[in-house]
Amino acid sequence: MQTRQQQISQGLARLPQMLLFSLRNHLEIWATIIVVLAAASFMLTRGMGFSITLMTVFAIWAMLAVSLNLVLGYTGLLSVGHVGFYGIGAYTVAVLTANPRQELLEGEIIQIFAWPFFAALPVAVTLCGVVALVVGVAFSRFRDDVYVLVSFGFAIIAYNVFVNWQWVTRGPFGIHQIPKPVIFGYTVKDDLEFLLLALVFLAIIVGISWLIVTSSFGRVLKAVREDEDAIEVFGYRSSRYKLAIWVISAMMAGLAGAMLATYTSFVDPNSFILLESILLVAIVILGGLASIWGSLLGALAFVLLEEGVRFVPFLPPEHVGQVRQIILGTLLVLLMLFRPQGVAGRFKL
Amino acid sequence: MTTSERRSIESSFVLQTLDIEKHFGGVSAVDRLSISIPRGLITAIIGPNGSGKSTLINVLSGTLPLDGGMVVVGPKRLRLIRPYDSPSIGLTRTFQDVRLFEQISVLDNLYVVMTERSSLLSLFQRARKEHRERVERILHVVGLWEKRNDLAEELSYGQRKLLEVGRLMAMNTQIYLFDEPFAGLALHMIEVVKGIMRELQENGRTIIFVSHNMGIVRELSDYLIVMDSGRLLARGQPDRVLNDPAVIEAYLGN
Repeated sequence: MQTRQQQISQGLARLPQMLLFSLRNHLEIWATIIVVLAAASFMLTRGMGFSITLMTVFAIWAMLAVSLNLVLGYTGLLSVGHVGFYGIGAYTVAVLTANPRQELLEGEIIQIFAWPFFAALPVAVTLCGVVALVVGVAFSRFRDDVYVLVSFGFAIIAYNVFVNWQWVTRGPFGIHQIPKPVIFGYTVKDDLEFLLLALVFLAIIVGISWLIVTSSFGRVLKAVREDEDAIEVFGYRSSRYKLAIWVISAMMAGLAGAMLATYTSFVDPNSFILLESILLVAIVILGGLASIWGSLLGALAFVLLEEGVRFVPFLPPEHVGQVRQIILGTLLVLLMLFRPQGVAGRFKL
Repeated sequence: MTTSERRSIESSFVLQTLDIEKHFGGVSAVDRLSISIPRGLITAIIGPNGSGKSTLINVLSGTLPLDGGMVVVGPKRLRLIRPYDSPSIGLTRTFQDVRLFEQISVLDNLYVVMTERSSLLSLFQRARKEHRERVERILHVVGLWEKRNDLAEELSYGQRKLLEVGRLMAMNTQIYLFDEPFAGLALHMIEVVKGIMRELQENGRTIIFVSHNMGIVRELSDYLIVMDSGRLLARGQPDRVLNDPAVIEAYLGN
C-alpha cells in the first residue's frame, strides 16, 4: 500500500513530463493563453494610454498578417513584397489628404489635395488592387523560389519609388500633417476612438478572409498550394485563383497602410523597407500558416515583443532594436526546427 | 458510306487520335499514333516500359502539350488541349505517381473537384448537401470514411491510391483514364478498384486503363491496345491480341 505522501510525490515527479506532453500537443491553446495573459498583464501595469497604443499597432500589424497569410499560408506563395502594397496604401492616403503648406521647403512644388480620409481610402485600396493586378499578371509565370525573388524585386522597386518620386512623395523628407479620419463631420481625434476604428477595419478584414478561406474558392487555393498542375487537370485555371487572392490580399495590405498613415500622421520611406516585409513573413510563419487565428496571435506576440523589450531592465535603449530581432530570429529558427507549421498552423512550408 | 453509317461509327468511338506526336528531345515518346477508343467499354493499354503509355495519358489530359496530330472527342477536333480544358471535353484521370492534395483533409480532396470552377462564383459557394451525400457515398465505396478528417499525407500508399480513384468518381465525366491503378495495391483493394471501374461502365462511361498486370487486363478489358516505342502494335479483342505473335515478341523478346 502506497502512502498518500508517496502518491503525491510520484505525481509531482511526473508533472514536468506531463506538462511537456501537453505543451507539444496543445501548443496552440497554450500559446494563446500565454500571449493573451502577457498582453493583459502588460496593459494593466502600463496603463490605459499605453494599452491603446499597443492595441492600435496590433490592429495594423494584424491586418497585414492576415492579408499575407491568404497568399503565403493558403496559397503557398512566399511573397516578401507585401510591404510595397502597405506603402502604396499609406502614401496614397498621405498624398491625397495631407496639407503640409506650412512646412514646405523653399522652391518645393507639391500637389496639395487635402481630401478627407474616407475619400482617399477607397482610392488607396483600389490603387493597390490595380498595381497588384499588373504585378500579378507578370508574376503568374513564376512559382516557388523564383517567386520569392521577384516579390523581393517588387519590394525594392516600391521602396525606390517612395524615395525617388520626390514631387509626389517628398522622398526622404516624408509627408507630414496627415489628418485624422472624419466620420459624418466628427473627427476621430481621440486615441481610443481611433483604436475602435482600427478594430472595426481589422474585423472586416478578418471577416472577409474567413469567408474566403471557408468557401469553395479557399479550398481550391489550398489545392493550388499543394499541387498546382494536378488541380488544373480537374478544370481549375490556377493562375486566375492565384491572381485573385493576390489582388484581394494587396488591397487589404493597402488598407493597413492607409490606417498607418492617418494614425501616425506622418509617412516616410523608412516604414516600408524590405526588413518590414521579412518581419511580416516571420509573424505569419510564427503565428501559423493557413490559420487566421494564428496570424492574430502572431501579430499580438510581435507587438508585445516590440514594446516589451523596451522595459527589460539593464538593457541600454540603443540595443532594444537588435534584441528584438535576435529574439524573433531565434523563435523562427526554433519553430522551423520543431514545428514548421507555426504555432497555430495548418500547413508546413 | 452514308451519313448515317458515318454517324454510327463516330458514335461508337468516344475518342480518337489522329497521328498524334510527342517528342522529348530527339526521342519520340508517342509517334504518329492513331487509335480509337470504343464508347462505353473498358479499354486496356499495355506495352513494355517506355512504350509511351503514360505519355499518351498525359497528352490526352493536357498535362503535356501535343507536338502534332489531333484528338477527336465527339464533335471537337483538338490540336491543343490545355489541362484545365480536359473536364469540359469530358475527360478525367489518375496519375501514375499518386498526386493528392497532401496537406488538406481526405474530405476536402474530394470536395475540391466537385465545386464551382469559376474563380469568381466559387467565392460565394460552400460545400452543399448534395456534395456531402456524394462524398459520403464515395468514401464508403473506397473504404476511407473513417479517415475522412485525416490529411491525405497521413494515409498509407494503398489508401492514397484509393483516394485518388475516389477523386475520379467525384468527377462527372464521360471518359476516365487510369494510369496504373492496380500497381502496389493489396488484393482486396484491387477488387475495390475493379468494382468501381465496372460500376462506371454500367453507368455508360468509358474507361481507359494502363496496366502491367495481364491477369487483370484479361479479366477486365473489353478492348486492348498494345503500344511499343510510341507506336500502335496491335489492337482488338484481348484474347485475340494477346495471342498475336508480334505482341508476344514485344513482351518476351526474341
